[in-house]
Amino acid sequence: MADITSDLKADTTSPAQWSRSKWASVLLLVAVVLTTLRYGGLLPDSLHRIPEAMIPPFAAWLDVFFNFVKDDLGLLTLTRTLTEGLEWLLDITANLMFGKRRWPFIGPIPWTAVAGVAAVVGYHLGGWRMALLGAGTFIWTALIGQWTIAMETMSVLMVAAPLAFFIGLGLGILAWKYAAVNRAIKPILSVLQTLPFFTYLLPAVIFFKVGPTAGAVATTIYAIPPMILMTTLGLQKVPSEVVEAGNMSGCTKWQLLRHVYLPSARTEILVGVNQVIMLCLAMVVLTAFIGMPGLGAKLLAMMGSFKLGRSFEIGVTIVLLAVTLDRMSKAWVVRQPVHFERGTPWWRKHIVLLMCIGVFVFFCIAAQFVQVFAEIGRKQNFSQGKEIDTLIKGFLALDPVQNTTQAIRYVLNVWILNPFRDFLLSIPTPAFILLVVAFALSLGGGRPAIYAAIFFGLVALSGWWDRSVITLYSVISAVTLALLIGVPLGITAARSEKWSQRVLLACDTAQTFPSFIYLIPAIMLFGITATSVVMSILIFAMVPLTRYTIEGLRTVPPEMTEAADMAGATRMQKLMKVQLPLALPTMAVGFNQAIMFAFFMVIIAAFIGTQDLGQELQRTLAGTDLGKNFVLGICVSLMALTFDLTIMKWATERKKALGLPD
Amino acid sequence: MTAETVISCKNAWKIFGADPKKYLRSMPAGLSFDDIRADGYIAGVKDVSIDVTRGEMLVIMGLSGSGKSTLVRCFSRLHDITGGTITVEGQDLMSLSEKELIELRRNKMGMVFQSFGLLPHRTVLENVAFPLEMRGQDKHARRERALEVVKLVGLEGREEYFPRELSGGQQQRVGIARSLAIEPDIWFLDEPFSALDPLIRREMQDEFLRLQGMLGKTIVFITHDFDEALRLADRIAIMKDGAVEQCDTPDQIVLNPATEYVRKFTEEIDKARVVRAGVLAQGQVMGEGEPVEASASVQDLARLLVQDARAVIPVAQSSKVIGGMDRAAALEILLEAS
Ligand SMILES: Nc1ncnc2c1ncn2[C@@H]1O[C@H](COP(=O)(O)OP(=O)(O)OP(=O)(O)O)[C@@H](O)[C@H]1O
Ligand SMILES: [Mg+2]
Repeated sequence: MADITSDLKADTTSPAQWSRSKWASVLLLVAVVLTTLRYGGLLPDSLHRIPEAMIPPFAAWLDVFFNFVKDDLGLLTLTRTLTEGLEWLLDITANLMFGKRRWPFIGPIPWTAVAGVAAVVGYHLGGWRMALLGAGTFIWTALIGQWTIAMETMSVLMVAAPLAFFIGLGLGILAWKYAAVNRAIKPILSVLQTLPFFTYLLPAVIFFKVGPTAGAVATTIYAIPPMILMTTLGLQKVPSEVVEAGNMSGCTKWQLLRHVYLPSARTEILVGVNQVIMLCLAMVVLTAFIGMPGLGAKLLAMMGSFKLGRSFEIGVTIVLLAVTLDRMSKAWVVRQPVHFERGTPWWRKHIVLLMCIGVFVFFCIAAQFVQVFAEIGRKQNFSQGKEIDTLIKGFLALDPVQNTTQAIRYVLNVWILNPFRDFLLSIPTPAFILLVVAFALSLGGGRPAIYAAIFFGLVALSGWWDRSVITLYSVISAVTLALLIGVPLGITAARSEKWSQRVLLACDTAQTFPSFIYLIPAIMLFGITATSVVMSILIFAMVPLTRYTIEGLRTVPPEMTEAADMAGATRMQKLMKVQLPLALPTMAVGFNQAIMFAFFMVIIAAFIGTQDLGQELQRTLAGTDLGKNFVLGICVSLMALTFDLTIMKWATERKKALGLPD
Repeated sequence: MTAETVISCKNAWKIFGADPKKYLRSMPAGLSFDDIRADGYIAGVKDVSIDVTRGEMLVIMGLSGSGKSTLVRCFSRLHDITGGTITVEGQDLMSLSEKELIELRRNKMGMVFQSFGLLPHRTVLENVAFPLEMRGQDKHARRERALEVVKLVGLEGREEYFPRELSGGQQQRVGIARSLAIEPDIWFLDEPFSALDPLIRREMQDEFLRLQGMLGKTIVFITHDFDEALRLADRIAIMKDGAVEQCDTPDQIVLNPATEYVRKFTEEIDKARVVRAGVLAQGQVMGEGEPVEASASVQDLARLLVQDARAVIPVAQSSKVIGGMDRAAALEILLEAS
């Protein structure tokens, strides 16, 4: 143990680090001086905030650019043409899933048929439990009276997910094949992954009409990046001898790709499929903001009018759908082909397909005769919206509960959140930028520091400084609170294998929930207030924090903890001196993810009523203000990227220094 | 004998590293493997010149990492060589277009890989039929052929298994079957029998010997097993640090090792089993009496060597005496072994 800790110390005092932290302290000092000057009233206003007059009209420039692309280059005509194709596809799925009056006029498919097929597929992939989950989800949805809205959501998902899959696969192959494409695509991907989703929505609306088409486009684009990454990763991992065997068999380039590379990269590609489906679901729910009907829209409406019972029920539906889709696609990933004995009859080899068809046809016919098999009517469903609503509201109105929530709200707002926000806003812009640069420098080194300076400089120039700071404030305060809860939780859970497994499973499951869901408990407890915003981010950000804390602690090599035991360390000493330092790089990854999640959530929370960038962004959705929408989106993206670059750099450097695997 | 050269390799280099071509051009002559490594490059194949004639079985031996697989990969152009030339059937490999290369591989070459290189998503049968499929053979014919070779390597009844469901040795046999399916003229076998049990190994060796003898296949064979090498080889090439130290018939390698390294490498071999009477036969003194066969090894002749009293024993090849063998020298080899 002794040499581990001395190693750690030796590392932090190496010359390069010294000069780094020295520089960082200098920057910090300047920032403090500037802020003090400001408080003393000595700093001129023009140094506090960039004067209006000096702010370049980015939005106007972008508008000019967009208009040029849109009208002069004829992009709009192109996208409108694409829209028609897409609309045609969406009409088909809409007709099949919920009976929209469009070609081919055969839907809607009875809910029993869908549930039956889900059960067969579930059984094939994961036995009885999966069958139960699959069937149960759809039965619940039908019985609770949400079939139509759920199918509205699914019909878009069914178009967007395959589209994202094929585009992602294609781009992934290109990026793997041509280094130039890879270089060009990488930065775009990282921006896309940090861009707030409102920024996807408006261009989608402008170029692809309001409604399902725009929703499908935004959803597709949002889900493409991980597919690209997984495809590239999978193709790179194909063993060279397998490729050489293909070459020696006389494969042409196309045959090699088709018969050797793609099938060998199956696992990664299927992981990509899983991620595509989950991201599509998360996004398709959010397209409620551009008026796409479905589960998201209903949830938004219910939460807006504070109908907690119905919100809760819709939340359960969304969660069930998410869990089902996730579990099934994951089961598909790990499923390996198994041979059939010789002489297996044809029908046995295709039993799953035959069963699916059989069940499907059976219920379709049955639905002709038994009305409830086809559709659960308005009066027939088992929705308990009102009752749950009264129950929850009654519970919340209980004195002890109300006192607690009130107290939390008061303490948070008056003592912590508001003072912190006012403090951040009181810092002069240059001092703020210096602080961020100092942070990036001390953690990540020169390169992240330069990025931080450029990125935050741009944010300052965007003219949305105050709102950006408020956004940042929500993120920082929520993540800090999440740290205070999530990390101790992770540490406690990591003590026993059993609890680690349980908590990890819970985190995994929670991570599949569409982010929108996290608003429900926050709104239930704290109503439509600023506290709810912080609370929903807090819950959302806690998941990765807890998860990576456990994983980090679990990856500490056992020799090291044993060495500490032999040295007679107490539990606390062992934790502080051995386990945490070694787990820190992994925990940093979780911290980074928490911040990214927080940036994502803070924008969604805009509809509760915030004063940050998200609020402005949401407002742009109503109009055609593309330029402004982009400027706002990029501001969020730039701030998020700064943290991402810095923390990930630190984590990888640290892992390398400690000799931990990536 | 005027044998036709199938593979001709002249001063071939294969260097791994950042910019190997440039490095090779600027490299002073006579650098050792370690010098090159110090510059951050690895000499996988180092200035190798070797010819393989039609119908020959060339065995390549050497320690792990000596460049055997790399050399064979250069022969099949799975690696592009950094310098020198390699011609196969008179065509310069490096000047072939992609299409010509594919044609060459489809029609002339086959390879068995050290770690099998099976396609994980295809059954045994589909793996074996893969090269046939790539050539566009029709489904029925390729299935027939695949079934035939799967039976030949003793995997009958496992045609529908996936590679992951097979043991290491079984997987290796799938790899062998895949290359047998097309019966190429030029065969590259990279430790093809390493995972097989002795019984099957012997069967497979016999099968390849049969094919080579009957159909005149040219085979380049990598192995770590001297017994195997002696059984199969027409010539043995011994590699060290990317270079071929010596390439000669088995007798010559044990009797006249070209370098100290080769001597050490072959030290453990029982020479009496390798050296044949034909090699020991000298032209001047023919000797008298009953001749012995030129192809008989010293060990085969052990009893005769001990009991016979003649100083020189005649050696005959196809019933014609070609020289005399010094009995004392032969005994020396026999005794050295024990
Ligand atoms: N693709 C590659 N990139 C870099 N170095 C390589 C590559 N392939 C082989 N080498 C290096 O070339 C040298 C020769 O490797 P090779 O695989 O030819 O050895 P080998 O003689 O076949 O060994 P073994 O008996 O273990 O199979 C090794 O030092 C290896 O590290
Ligand atoms: Mg090898």
